[in-house]
Amino acid sequence: MDLYEYQAKDLFAAHDVPVLPGDVASTPAEAKAIAERFGQTVVVKAQVKTGGRGKAGGVKLAETPDETEVKAEAILGLDIKGHIVHRVLVTPASDIAEEYYFSFLLDRANRTFLAMASVEGGMDIEEVAATKPEALAKVPVDAITGVDRAKADEIVAAAKFPAEVADQVADVIVKLWETFVSEDATLVEVNPLVRDPEGKVVALDGKVTLDENAGFRHPEHEALVDKQAEDPLEAKAKAKGLNYVKLDGQVGIIGNGAGLVMSTLDVVAYAGEKHKGVKPANFLDIGGGASAEVMANGLEIILHDPDVRSVFVNVFGGITACDAVANGIVAALGILGDEATKPLVVRLDGNNVEEGRRILAEADHPLVTVVDTMDNAADKAAELAAAGV
Amino acid sequence: MAIFITKDSKVIVQGMTGAEGTKHTKRMLASGTNIVGGVNPRKAGEKVDFDGNVLPVFGSVSEAIEATGADVTVIFVPPAFAKAAVIEAIDSGIGLAVVITEGIPVHDTAAFWAHAVATGNKTRIIGPNCPGLISPGQSNAGIIPANISGAGKIGLVSKSGTLTYQMMYELRDFGFSTAIGIGGDPIIGTTHIDALAAFEADPETAAIVMIGEIGGDAEERAAAYIKENVTKPVVGYVAGFTAPEGKTMGHAGAIVSGSAGTAQAKKEALEAAGVKVGKTPSETAGLMREIMQSIG
Repeated sequence: MDLYEYQAKDLFAAHDVPVLPGDVASTPAEAKAIAERFGQTVVVKAQVKTGGRGKAGGVKLAETPDETEVKAEAILGLDIKGHIVHRVLVTPASDIAEEYYFSFLLDRANRTFLAMASVEGGMDIEEVAATKPEALAKVPVDAITGVDRAKADEIVAAAKFPAEVADQVADVIVKLWETFVSEDATLVEVNPLVRDPEGKVVALDGKVTLDENAGFRHPEHEALVDKQAEDPLEAKAKAKGLNYVKLDGQVGIIGNGAGLVMSTLDVVAYAGEKHKGVKPANFLDIGGGASAEVMANGLEIILHDPDVRSVFVNVFGGITACDAVANGIVAALGILGDEATKPLVVRLDGNNVEEGRRILAEADHPLVTVVDTMDNAADKAAELAAAGV
Repeated sequence: MAIFITKDSKVIVQGMTGAEGTKHTKRMLASGTNIVGGVNPRKAGEKVDFDGNVLPVFGSVSEAIEATGADVTVIFVPPAFAKAAVIEAIDSGIGLAVVITEGIPVHDTAAFWAHAVATGNKTRIIGPNCPGLISPGQSNAGIIPANISGAGKIGLVSKSGTLTYQMMYELRDFGFSTAIGIGGDPIIGTTHIDALAAFEADPETAAIVMIGEIGGDAEERAAAYIKENVTKPVVGYVAGFTAPEGKTMGHAGAIVSGSAGTAQAKKEALEAAGVKVGKTPSETAGLMREIMQSIG
């Protein structure tokens, strides 16, 4: 789960990483009130989970509370790369002497963590990595020994931080590591980390990604979920324990196993090229054990998606045999009754496939078409969706 | 032969007495796996009857090894306890630990991997969040259904469980030396490259299917490895061409971040290494079919 800047900074503050004070507003009037409280020039910053907001007009300076209100008005509602701005962070403007970059992240290739640091902060770090790789220090971090003061000093030296801030930066690095570990983050990034004219080092921005697998030991992270920005179908699926991602096509997809479902999306997209360009409408993995109840929950979510024109149920009977899956589909259609209104293409393969197909044939549901292979079933589902477009 | 597990493998199950552990211990036994016991410190000394197979429960992995000579452990313990279970397995010196558990925090996986490295990599780790592996007719360590395909000369390595099953099903008339699901988490023990190296060295494996998916750059690195080190024919498949940027697609590691980790980049890297890449699972199976027919 990616956090907003203000949430990231709240976590930083909780772990004693120096940040500027600030408050979040969702209306121009709230923004004005915050500026009045600070009584000085402020920065109004769009809260979106994407980069490049400065260029998109999402960060503005305001000298007075009235100007803050005007700037907040302009920023709220902006569409930044498909992300609508619902909140702004209002924070005192600060003078910047130097900008640095720092992050801890997961190094998948080396199966460990990585610290990345540069004295050339403030810009897109991927650009620094591409154009001036020597300016970006990458220091592997052992997951067991972690980052103590000595390790932080090593990182500071590798990135050639100026001597006058070395001490402060090392201290910040140790605290960011505490944040990274104790919050179960997979990314903690500060860009820019700045030195102000008085010489004080402060995290001016913050980006944090939390590991959802660690949710069981962080019940407090649940409060960081932005319910407002969640897709309503995704929220509903999550509440039912389903692994669902809304996409922008017309063919609803249900399958078992993440890999098979990803593959199904691809096969449907290829088939769609021959049928008015229809595309998959969602990712939905109902897992290895496709019980009737789970199948019904999945179908219900997909049938409530107004964009869906047809549904492709693609199941490989592995741990759960095909007869159980077929019974699940029949029972699910029974549970849904009149709510089931869109054609269903079903492809079953694997354990007990003949019995599974026999059950579906016997049920003879008017909405269900059974097709023998994944490719042919994708084609049929795309054809039916195209007919409904 | 086969890789990593054979008919001689002696398997224990950590978490054998839990719901998943019980279900899959039965299935592994039914497919002929030599399971010699389970581990649960709270039930040490008890015996569990699996349809007539009575297995002892030990208090620790080390005790189980001492009593049975076990060399493989399959781990089903819940995410919150998985790190301790894997570290216990590593400390016992067991040769292979297959971590089936899904949903382990990545900091925990990084920690047990670092522990394995720090203690000299004596234990091969497969997973986590994987279906395990099967050498058909010999041994089955994990949850791959044993009745999909019999033994043969194809080696299979995949990030995905159900795509493993699908591919085994499509090529069941040829059969498999070993099929191994390495898991869909961002940090995993055994990689595509490790499996490719083992298949290359295995005289019973004639050709290799490699299945990847979006996220990370494991497939790109595997492609570079194949180019330099693998002489056996390899066909590939990559899932997730239509996955949107920034969304996790079921597997914790299956995410396109910015321009990194796309299926297209992986496919191109594999093709540049001389690997034939199928557009769909069945096309991929077709490519392997041609190879197996030409090998004869």
